[in-house]
Amino acid sequence: MTFVAALEDKGRHVAGHRPWPRIVVDTDTWRQAVLGIAAGQATLLGLWSDGEAVHLCLSGETSGKLLVISLPCPDKRFPSVAQTHPPALRLERTIRDLYGIEPEGCPDARRWLDHGRWGLRHPLGAAEAAEPAGDTYAFHTAEGPPLHQIPVGPVHAGIIEPGHFRFHANGETVVRLEERLGYVHKGIDHLMAGAPRDRAAKLAGRTSGDSTVAYALGFAQAVEAALDLAPSARAVWLRALMAELERLANHFGDIGAICNDASFSLMHAHCSILREHVLRVSETCFGHRLMMDRIVPGGVATDLSKDGIAAIRTLIRTARRRFPRLVELYDNTASLQNRTVTTGILKPDLARQYGAGGVIGRASGRSWDARKLPGYAPYTSMVFDIPRRDQGDVDARVWIRIEEVRQSLTLIDQILDRTPEGSILTEAGAASRGKGEGLALVEGFRGDILVWVRLNANGTIARCHLRDPSWLQWPLLEAAIEGNIVADFPICNKSFNCSYSGHDL
Amino acid sequence: MRNLLLQGLLQSALTETPPAADDAALAELAKSVDRAARRRLGRSLSIREVDAGSCNGCELEIHALGNAFYDLERFGLRFVASPRHADVLMVTGPVTKNMRQALERTYAATPDPKWVVAVGDCAFDGGLFAGSYAVAGGVSAIVPVDLHIRGCPPNPTALLKGLLALLEKTA
Repeated sequence: MTFVAALEDKGRHVAGHRPWPRIVVDTDTWRQAVLGIAAGQATLLGLWSDGEAVHLCLSGETSGKLLVISLPCPDKRFPSVAQTHPPALRLERTIRDLYGIEPEGCPDARRWLDHGRWGLRHPLGAAEAAEPAGDTYAFHTAEGPPLHQIPVGPVHAGIIEPGHFRFHANGETVVRLEERLGYVHKGIDHLMAGAPRDRAAKLAGRTSGDSTVAYALGFAQAVEAALDLAPSARAVWLRALMAELERLANHFGDIGAICNDASFSLMHAHCSILREHVLRVSETCFGHRLMMDRIVPGGVATDLSKDGIAAIRTLIRTARRRFPRLVELYDNTASLQNRTVTTGILKPDLARQYGAGGVIGRASGRSWDARKLPGYAPYTSMVFDIPRRDQGDVDARVWIRIEEVRQSLTLIDQILDRTPEGSILTEAGAASRGKGEGLALVEGFRGDILVWVRLNANGTIARCHLRDPSWLQWPLLEAAIEGNIVADFPICNKSFNCSYSGHDL
Repeated sequence: MRNLLLQGLLQSALTETPPAADDAALAELAKSVDRAARRRLGRSLSIREVDAGSCNGCELEIHALGNAFYDLERFGLRFVASPRHADVLMVTGPVTKNMRQALERTYAATPDPKWVVAVGDCAFDGGLFAGSYAVAGGVSAIVPVDLHIRGCPPNPTALLKGLLALLEKTA
């Protein structure tokens, strides 16, 4: 019996949690679960709170079976997960900031998302007023005569999101990087609580704008699970179409932008053209360049017309003609390879420990993709490969993106051939009454997005937690940059391309 | 690489004809742009982009302004790396409380004359995120705004229309 299956018998099952079980456990079982995760018997997928309990989502590495274990916290404390398993650190610091629930034994007492500027502490728990004067933040140090610090951000030089990076450098070489995030915290958990479903779907779709389709998909799947509602068959395929278009647009953009950070602007210019093509076709098909608010619980909001299909076919042909030339250019430009090969290496052990998803995990030896495992329709019936590399450098992350572009093109072909006719929306109707809880894990371009939702009896959202893949990827950037030169930070950062907004919530 | 460069020379340009300046934007700007500033700047504006809390959707479309189809730099508009070099602050997002001070400091670091363009529905009034404990409000709640470009996110054409209006008034 696998670790996760054995764990499942050790708690009280919560009725109405779908499609995977949630069990309420005692402190001992909680500790056992954490020890198992730390020993590599399961992967930590998420850690969050609803104010009453803390919830930990884990999965078996090979079974793809998810399990949520919940530990009630009547006296506002729980045994720290990060004490044993460091990837949980920022997640549990966030629980402390938002809910005032203390992770006992947590190795880091500093606040994370709370910068002391909200005018209150523990906004989702027993909120108390506080002077919004701003907290000082004690960065970790590296000491010695030749070391100096370089503070960067929150406002950066490019058109990117805000965050602070504190470098300790020895001449050109980075000795330590520490991130401080939370600048774009908008209080999404708070805004979700009590929101009607349509408003909540819009919020989910604006957690990280570049992944709006993936977030809307995850949210819709979680709500459908909670309602025990099957989305329309046609919509399931159209959703996958949107998800793959989003993946294409982002991968084209990222491949170009990584090369641009190596001052190779030719790739950037050509990739930007391909990206623009995808966005225009998305608008033609679904009426919005980023396809915001097109996926809703029950189905999709916009149908695909005949013109749309033709536009996508043309796009696929264009991409198949132009992209290989760019790949060849990348592969044959020594000055560019010089910047990407062996730069910013993320070791496979670390990627596995953090359960790193997406391009970052797959460039460092993990064959993990939520479309395959646990898998969801329509991907379960489609043919595609999950690329994997073991080098873990910037170059590997570029090549994974290149491979994924090819796979997405194949997937779109299959989707266009196989999408059934029919209605695009299953109305929730009577099913919208009754409490329920739903969980979903979907693969965005950046990696697996975990969505957990609890519905009120009237169908509104009681709680919703959205875990961006970046939560488990940002810390790895700190490790990957160590020993590289400061000037290579932008290219490393771009090759990770973690979300600030998705992380800061 | 040679082939790609050669093709670039032989093919017709992808760049589109510019849209007309947005009328509403022109009206909004009439209040804030004076003749003296126009003389000083000529037909060139440097823009510093500041994400004050956006979901990054607006950033994606602002990025797109630089691609071959929109080619922002042909208008004398360019993005610069520091507020010290900027004439225009382009601000996105509902201003989060955690970003408020950074925005104020960026504004203070931008030399006069300067204009603030608030991009997106969130930057207008906080959008979907208005009312959160973590959100201070739209951009105009923190710094004076000369032009709003609405949309969620505004597409590159909408952004161009707004910026061209700014250029018409300042240049």
